[in-house]
Amino acid sequence: MTDKILTQHFGLENLFKIDVYLENKGYEAAKKALTDMKADEILEEVKAANLRGRGGAGFPAGVKWGFVPKDIEKPKYLCVNADEGEPGTFKDRYIMTHNPHLLIEGIIITSFCVGIHTAFIYIRGEYEAVALRLEQAISEAYDKDFLGESILGTGFKLDVYVHRGAGAYICGEETALLESLEGKRGNPRLKPPFPASVGLFGCPTVINNVETVSNIPSIILNGAAWFCQVGLPKDGGTRIFGVSGMVKKPGIYELPVGTNLKEIIIKHAGGMMEGKKLKAVIPGGMSAPILTAEEIDISMDFDSLVEAKSMLGSAAIIVIDEETSMLDVLRRVTKFYSHESCGQCTPCRIGNSWINKIVKRMADGNGKREDLDKIIQLANNMMGKTLCPLGDAAAMPVLSIIQKFRKELESYIPLGN
Amino acid sequence: MSPELTDQTKKKIEEIASRYASKEAALLPVLHLVQHEKGFISQQEEKQVAHLLNIKPIKVKEVVTFYTMFNQKEVGKYHIQVCSNLSCSLLGSESLIDHLKNKLGIEIGETTSDKKFTLMTVECLGACEQAPCMMINFDYFGNLDKEKIDNILDNLE
Repeated sequence: MTDKILTQHFGLENLFKIDVYLENKGYEAAKKALTDMKADEILEEVKAANLRGRGGAGFPAGVKWGFVPKDIEKPKYLCVNADEGEPGTFKDRYIMTHNPHLLIEGIIITSFCVGIHTAFIYIRGEYEAVALRLEQAISEAYDKDFLGESILGTGFKLDVYVHRGAGAYICGEETALLESLEGKRGNPRLKPPFPASVGLFGCPTVINNVETVSNIPSIILNGAAWFCQVGLPKDGGTRIFGVSGMVKKPGIYELPVGTNLKEIIIKHAGGMMEGKKLKAVIPGGMSAPILTAEEIDISMDFDSLVEAKSMLGSAAIIVIDEETSMLDVLRRVTKFYSHESCGQCTPCRIGNSWINKIVKRMADGNGKREDLDKIIQLANNMMGKTLCPLGDAAAMPVLSIIQKFRKELESYIPLGN
Repeated sequence: MSPELTDQTKKKIEEIASRYASKEAALLPVLHLVQHEKGFISQQEEKQVAHLLNIKPIKVKEVVTFYTMFNQKEVGKYHIQVCSNLSCSLLGSESLIDHLKNKLGIEIGETTSDKKFTLMTVECLGACEQAPCMMINFDYFGNLDKEKIDNILDNLE
């Protein structure tokens, strides 16, 4: 059996059409789940698979579903997070464009397991073409009785809608996503209560990333043991690694969880561009602390990256070469977070714009000796001191870049300043 | 003052609103619809949308000003948005932005006098494998260099 779960059939022409999907075992997992399995059995299987959230946080999907109260009068909702805003990340676009029915099938099984009858796919606004493709696929699924009043005659009802965002990174944070879906500014909510108990419209809500949900059909068809064996026992399955930056072959590579980062860059992404030398790698989207060239001999799984004081995040790998100035990287990183802070928490709103102003001044050649320590102080003042993880997400790359490239950064400060 | 929304748009708005437990939740999809019809969202449209969804106009303004994709003023026929985030800047997006500024004779955020082009920079578009990349209206263009940009722009009517 191939080790590819999500991109296995990507080579097929018109995979996005339901007929082609059906010819390749499409919707068989949904049939199995809805006709041969009880909700509890599905939940146990997904828990045993150790499917960890692919959006970035790595929370086990089965455990998350288990938090939803069972006997409750209120409706329950599924929100699929297709906001994909973490810089460097583009994997969900590939799944939704090439294999939209895999996502829909995952939505059906997830909803059946948790007792959900309405699901929303919250997709970033820029992906208009992708949203249209999803809507087309959803309409095909209704026509073939995979969605609607009584799916495959089982009496299980499910409606799925595509909901477009409008260009705000913060809406990838799950409670900001809920606010946005309710028609408001994307200001994250205070937790607890967690969305599993109080989510969309005050009702229990499951929020899972596109890639996470798309893994469900294979777990149902092939079993949790198989899924763990593809990846690692505590972190099952594959990841779609998105490689960008100074490599010969940027793109997506679906590989088992635990594949070595060096191997991904050199073997799969073709190594460095002609004449370029590796300087640093961001291993899990821009929020992930940076790794130096010496640190990339590492297993790409959640726990190994935490041990290396970085994170796997969305598995988006950004490769930086020797000629790139780390001050330039710092400028880009800090500009992004100062732009995307929602403004709700003072440490993040003020901290990010202040840091960005200092970095810009340094980039203009007017850095001062005390600047780097000031930035560290501001970043530390954001860590753990905001409602949502954006504060940490902004502080982590900044702190790691200064820690690992301090000498270089100091070299840009004019003597005597 | 811009004319009323068409009956067709109003009907579509009702249909979208029926998907949600609260009418207000239809705000983002409805604003996309209005912008698609009008090109941008003026104060007049904010009021109309507020009325149709039975919410206060200030609620609509809050949302229009929060989300960068909603245009608060008129943009050109072709809205060029160049990604300036990390992967794209590693591969030279800054020199491409300078090239576009020179070619169009405008700064970032401005529209050409014939109202054909508006130039903006954006954060990550989610197409880093094609860096440097840009969007023109909703079409993505990747692996850009100056010649490619010239070709794309010269072929736009």
